[in-house]
Amino acid sequence: MTEIYELGIAAIRSGVADGEFTATEVAETFISRVSAAKELNAFLVETPEHALAAAEATDKAKAAGETLGKMAGVPIGMKDLFCTEGVTTTAASLILDGFVPQYESTVSANLFAAGAGMLGKLNMDQFAMGSSNETSAFGNVISPWRRNDGGNTDLAPGGSSGGSAVVVSARIAPAATGTDTGGSIRQPAAFVGITGFKPTYGRCSRWGTIAFASSLDQAGPMAHDTRDCAIMLGAMAGFDPKDSTSLELPVPDWEAALNSDLQGKKVGIPKEYRVDNMPAEIDALWQQGIQWLKDAGATIVDVSLPHTRYALPAYYIIAPAEASSNLARYDGVRYGLRDLPDGAGLQDMYAATREAGFGPEVKRRIMIGTYVLSAGYYDAYYTQAQKVRTLIAQDFDNAWSQCDLLLTPTAPSAAFGLGEKSDDPLAMYLNDVFTVPSSLAGLPAMSVPAGLDGQGLPLGLQIIGKALDEQSVFNAGLALEERAGFVAKPGQWW
Amino acid sequence: MSVDKETVKKIANLSRIAISESEADALVPELNNILGWVEQLSEVDTKDVEPMTAVIANKLRLRADEVTDGSKRDKILANAPVEEHGFFAVPKVIE
Repeated sequence: MTEIYELGIAAIRSGVADGEFTATEVAETFISRVSAAKELNAFLVETPEHALAAAEATDKAKAAGETLGKMAGVPIGMKDLFCTEGVTTTAASLILDGFVPQYESTVSANLFAAGAGMLGKLNMDQFAMGSSNETSAFGNVISPWRRNDGGNTDLAPGGSSGGSAVVVSARIAPAATGTDTGGSIRQPAAFVGITGFKPTYGRCSRWGTIAFASSLDQAGPMAHDTRDCAIMLGAMAGFDPKDSTSLELPVPDWEAALNSDLQGKKVGIPKEYRVDNMPAEIDALWQQGIQWLKDAGATIVDVSLPHTRYALPAYYIIAPAEASSNLARYDGVRYGLRDLPDGAGLQDMYAATREAGFGPEVKRRIMIGTYVLSAGYYDAYYTQAQKVRTLIAQDFDNAWSQCDLLLTPTAPSAAFGLGEKSDDPLAMYLNDVFTVPSSLAGLPAMSVPAGLDGQGLPLGLQIIGKALDEQSVFNAGLALEERAGFVAKPGQWW
Repeated sequence: MSVDKETVKKIANLSRIAISESEADALVPELNNILGWVEQLSEVDTKDVEPMTAVIANKLRLRADEVTDGSKRDKILANAPVEEHGFFAVPKVIE
C-alpha cells in the first residue's frame, strides 16, 4: 500500500471517509515527518496538538455518522503570513518577535471549519518580500531537491512561500497555504515540482493575513495536483465582510466541474514572454505544453501583450509603495519588538525599533516605497506606475477577445543555489517576470509541474485565465498534468 | 532621477528607520540601481490613461451603523511591548 505520507488531499479525504485509516493516523504520520525534517528549516512553529485535535474531531464526527468537511482529516502547513489565534505569527520578521494573534485569519478559519488541522507555521521570505526564501529572519528554507551533478549545493525553494513549497514537495504535509503578491505561490511551486494556484483578486479574504501590498496580495493553495488545489481553494475562498475587497460571490464547486477536455477553448501564446536568455529547455517545455493543450482539444492562437516588459518595473513601484504604508504599523507601540535606547524619545524609539526589526530587503522596499510616494515624486513614479498597470490590464482584456486562457512558463529558470542571486536585488526581481503581469491585473493563474531540466530540477508551466474563471484555469491545468505525467520526487537526504 | 546620500538619509528618516553613515553610503548605489531600472516606465505613453484603482470591479459596501465589536481591551493589549493601566505605554512625548 502507498504510504500515507505520499497521499494528497483527495486521497486522504477519501481514505478517512472510507475507513482505510483514521484522521489521527494521518496526523501522526505527518507530525513524525515534520519532526524528521528539521534540516530543511521549513517550520517556524510546530503545532502537533492542533493537527491532532482536528484529527480527533474528524474521527469523532465520522464515528457519529456526521457529514465530513471538504478538508476533513487533512493536516496542512500554514504560511506564517496568516494570523493564527494563540500561535506565534511573525511573517518571518524579528519585528513581530513574540506576536501571538488574538484572532484567526479568515482563510485559516475557513480551512479549520472545513476540517483541516495545522501542522505548524511555515518559514517564508520576510513579509513575503523575496523570491528565494533568503530574506527570512529565521534562516533559509532549503529545497529538498538536489542537482543531479552529484554535488550537494543547497537550492532555493523559491519564494516567498518557500516553506509551503518545501513541505508539500518533501511530503511533510499534504498541502499548504501560500500567498501570492507577484508570484509567491507560483514560482516556488515551479521550483519544487508541485501545483500552486493564485485565484482572482478578492476570492480569498485578506482579513488576518499580514499585509504586504494590499492591492495584489491573494491567498491560494499549494498541493500535489490540480484536484487538490481545487478542493483546498474551495475551502479557503468566500465572501468576507471584514475585507472590503472581498468579492461578494458564491464559491463555485471547482472540484466537481474539473474536466480536462478543452474542446472549444482557445489558448493564447503571448509572444512577449519569449524573453532573452531564457534557457532552451524552458522554451522546449513551453512548446511541449502547447502540444499537450492541442492534444486536449484546445485551439492555439498567438497573442500580444505589448506592455509586458513594463510589468516588473511597475510592480516594483506599486508593491513597495503599498508596503511602505502597510508596514508603518510596526512602531514598537502595539505589538512585536520595541527597541528603546537609553533616554530616547518616541521618534527615536520608532527608528531604532524599525532598524532592529526589519531585514535588509524589507528596509530597501520600505525606503523605495517612501521615496516614490514622497512629495514631488508621486506623479512621476506612483501615478505613472498605476497608469501602466491599467495598460497591462487592458492588454489582457484585449487578449481575451482572441482567447480564453494563456500558456506561459512559470519562471525564467529552474531553482538556483542559495546565495547565487542574493547580492543583486534586480536579478532576484527578474524571477517574477512571468508571474507579475497577471498579479497586476488580478487574474487567476496556476503553476503546473511539467518536466525536469538537464540538472534534474523541476520546471513549471503557467496557465492564466480571465477574472473569476478559475474553472478554465483548473481544467487546463488538469489537461497539462494528465499529459505531463510529472512523478519525479526529491530523494530523501534530510 | 537619482538619489544622493542626503536624500537617502531623508528617506530613511521619513521611513522611521535609523541608518548609520556606512549603511547610507551602501544604500545610495542600491537604490539608484533600482530607481534607474524603474525609470523605464517614463517611456510609456500614458496620455489619457486612467491610473488603476481596482483590478476587479467591486463596490465599496456600507453596513448598518451598528456596534459589531468591542470589549476587547485585554486582547488588544495582549501583545503590547509595554502596557500600563490598560493603555499602551510610550516614552514621554510632551515636556
